[in-house]
Amino acid sequence: MTTAIEVNCATGEVVERPLTTEELAQREADAAAFAAAEHEKEVAAAEAAEAKAALLAKLGITADEAKLLLA
Amino acid sequence: MANTFVKIASATVGSGGSASMTFSSIPSTYTDLCLKVSGRVSGSGYDFRLNVHLNGNTSGYTQRAVFGTGSSVFSYSASIAGYAASLMGSSGTANTFGNAEIYIPNYAGSTNKSYSVDNVTELNASTNNRLDLLAGLWSNTSAVSSITVTTEDGTAFVQYSTATLYGIKKN
Repeated sequence: MTTAIEVNCATGEVVERPLTTEELAQREADAAAFAAAEHEKEVAAAEAAEAKAALLAKLGITADEAKLLLA
Repeated sequence: MANTFVKIASATVGSGGSASMTFSSIPSTYTDLCLKVSGRVSGSGYDFRLNVHLNGNTSGYTQRAVFGTGSSVFSYSASIAGYAASLMGSSGTANTFGNAEIYIPNYAGSTNKSYSVDNVTELNASTNNRLDLLAGLWSNTSAVSSITVTTEDGTAFVQYSTATLYGIKKN
């Protein structure tokens, strides 16, 4: 069973208790939000790489040759 | 010498593991807070999220961060509920713990709350290490009276993980 630890800074009391239904739901929601954000980053990176490759093809040069132009 | 860095409280995870550690009733008598976490999580993998929820709140957080993995460096912006740091999972070297330091200036003030984080998923190996530097913002003007550190869903802090809260005084 997954637990939560609570420390009351005023009294020093420490309690370890099972997670509530709401806390379990929040953890699932957090995980879903994180997965969505990661997916967005992957899509953006893939789109950028695709656009770069298309531009290089249009120019008829390699990535290394592009670096030389920009150096 | 002025006693400017004061330990407020600490928590240590027991043998069954825990999904979160909460510090409540934090006194408002300090200027800043510093939370130090030494931990490892139960998930199978190398790095897992460590979230920090202020006053139990899970919305209004944004992050800017850079991180390195040993061979590459990345940067990103995000709006993830309390995302603060990464800790190593069970794929890392046995018995090694990562660490994170979360610094919250002006936590008792009436402006939005910023926080800064540095952390490493230390695992005593040359690969799969991760170093993060993160700037976070909680867009909420409430004074911070509680801090909860949680692990990624499906994982838990393993035994002997610790969180220690310090108060910072001006003098």
